[in-house]
Amino acid sequence: MALISASADTVIVVRGLRTRFGETIIHENLDFTVQRGEIVALVGGSGSGKTTLLRAIILLLKPTAGSIHLFGQEIIGISESAAFRLRRRFGMLFQQGALFSSLTVRENVAIPLREHTRLPARQIVEIADLKIALAGLPADAGNKLPRELSGGMLKRAALARALALDPALLFLDEPTAGLDPVSAGAFDELVVQLKESLGLTVVMVTHDLDTLWQATDRVAFLGERRVIGYAPMNELVRAEHPLIQTYFAGPRGRAAQEQACKAR
Amino acid sequence: MMASIPPADRATFRCENGACWCEGDWTLDGIENFNARRLSSRPPSGELTLDGSGIQAIDTTGVLQLLSVIADLERIGCTVQLVNLRDEHQALLDLVRERLATAGAAIISQPPNRLEQLGRRVEFHARRAFEFLAFIGEAASSLARLLLRPHHFRWRALLSDIETAGVNALPIIALLSFMMGVVIAYQGGQQLKAYGANIFIVELVALTMLRELAPLITAIIVAGRTGSAYTAQIGAMQITEEVDALRTIGIRPMDLLVLPKLLALIIALPLLTVFADALSVFGGMVMAQALLEVSFSDFLDRLPQVVTPTSFLLGIGKSPVFAAIIALVGCYQGFQVRGGADSVGRQTTVSVVQSIFLVIAADALFSVVLGGVGLWR
Repeated sequence: MALISASADTVIVVRGLRTRFGETIIHENLDFTVQRGEIVALVGGSGSGKTTLLRAIILLLKPTAGSIHLFGQEIIGISESAAFRLRRRFGMLFQQGALFSSLTVRENVAIPLREHTRLPARQIVEIADLKIALAGLPADAGNKLPRELSGGMLKRAALARALALDPALLFLDEPTAGLDPVSAGAFDELVVQLKESLGLTVVMVTHDLDTLWQATDRVAFLGERRVIGYAPMNELVRAEHPLIQTYFAGPRGRAAQEQACKAR
Repeated sequence: MMASIPPADRATFRCENGACWCEGDWTLDGIENFNARRLSSRPPSGELTLDGSGIQAIDTTGVLQLLSVIADLERIGCTVQLVNLRDEHQALLDLVRERLATAGAAIISQPPNRLEQLGRRVEFHARRAFEFLAFIGEAASSLARLLLRPHHFRWRALLSDIETAGVNALPIIALLSFMMGVVIAYQGGQQLKAYGANIFIVELVALTMLRELAPLITAIIVAGRTGSAYTAQIGAMQITEEVDALRTIGIRPMDLLVLPKLLALIIALPLLTVFADALSVFGGMVMAQALLEVSFSDFLDRLPQVVTPTSFLLGIGKSPVFAAIIALVGCYQGFQVRGGADSVGRQTTVSVVQSIFLVIAADALFSVVLGGVGLWR
């Protein structure tokens, strides 16, 4: 316990994490921290355990060993009621959106508010509409069912639901996957804007090299079952580890880097 | 030792002599206990300054509350000037205002009136009925194509469908039809015994079961067991775009998903019905011996005299029609699945209800038509 630097500005501390599915070991002695107000990305090859790490942090998966602190609170072996209170403080955008298909977008966004607050129904609708607008959707999107939305709109509606409780911490699983470049760029911009105005801390899993260059403060590279590099993008690409080199050295990696340098 | 979560201060708003203050945490937690106080007895009017320097923290919900407070004041004729807001709070306020403006006013759709609802319903059901007819036509033309080129047929799928729909259903059919035989013999036997007409139990059980109940019960069990499974399977494939993938590869979903199921059920259901016939008559025999002193041998002696081949074949002859109804409705409803998980559940319910309804309706139609042509005895 004493080892954990529970400074007020550390939102996530993962120490010595070990996750195992049957015979397969996903993480071994993994350490990872996130400071308040940072946008951190998790990258790594397919199957390197990015989403698994995310799921362990948001209490969806129980790791085999290690400790995870969220807002200074140990979450391994946490009680149900403490977990419920903690869930109010973060939002999660799932890869496929995971909007409830039988409810309209407005009802989807209102669900966390109904579960966690005692606000009157009229005010909940107003707040839900605000979140829908904040996520960059037109007002009439609120009445639509998830199946009536395009991929980009679905991501935005899912973001609106993740933002419903004004969380201090936002998790995004592949937020720009499947979006066209314009929408993806707009989504990155939106995340940065929300971070700046709301003081959000954002942790995302992404393969989108443009997002990595444009939107993140630090990038954690997962490989060999642990974090093998954790630095701002322009330092990470110079890291010597062969896995990191191959990941960023391809033509796509170089193109994104040139694009980012030009933009500066 | 842990940095625990500090409880939020409630958001407060108070107004006094032309000046107003917002204080506390204008966050979701703080808003839950929002407290507006007017210290002066007169309602505020004219030019007001709203001092935001006391706001400790603000989030988007807080901004919304602040905007609604301002809107309320403006509605009663005040002009409000917001002052001393911290820069980062002002930035958030501007963001929310801008986003709300771009999104436009929220439209809450009005539920349509009764007449419109009725019209939409009628149109919807008429369209569905028409589509179902088209589906039957498509299935028939695929079947015709199959007869021309039988080597293209997916025999393996047919055999596995016969196994799941037919062989695996044997235990439940056996149990239920045996019990049906017992029930009919028991109920009828009481009356027959009163008249000393015990031996007529053979007519009662054999004709009721073979002509009506065994085909019907079997069809209803199969509709609940297999028809629903067809809908759920095709529906799930529809959601995961597997059906579209089949089309893209050049395999007709009709050939792969519908025809083997249709033929499997047309083969399996009559066989299941024969099985149900046997088991239900056996149930009647057991009951006749126990209750009416009609021995197995007496029962079996009389059976061929009262059951003509026509009655037996009429019962069996209905079941391929029932099978076609169950398989076609099940598959059709599967293809009607759109969107997500809830749609699978809804269409599965519709599939079971419709197929049982149509099976019973077809059975009634058989009685009327066959009675009309004099085959009913």
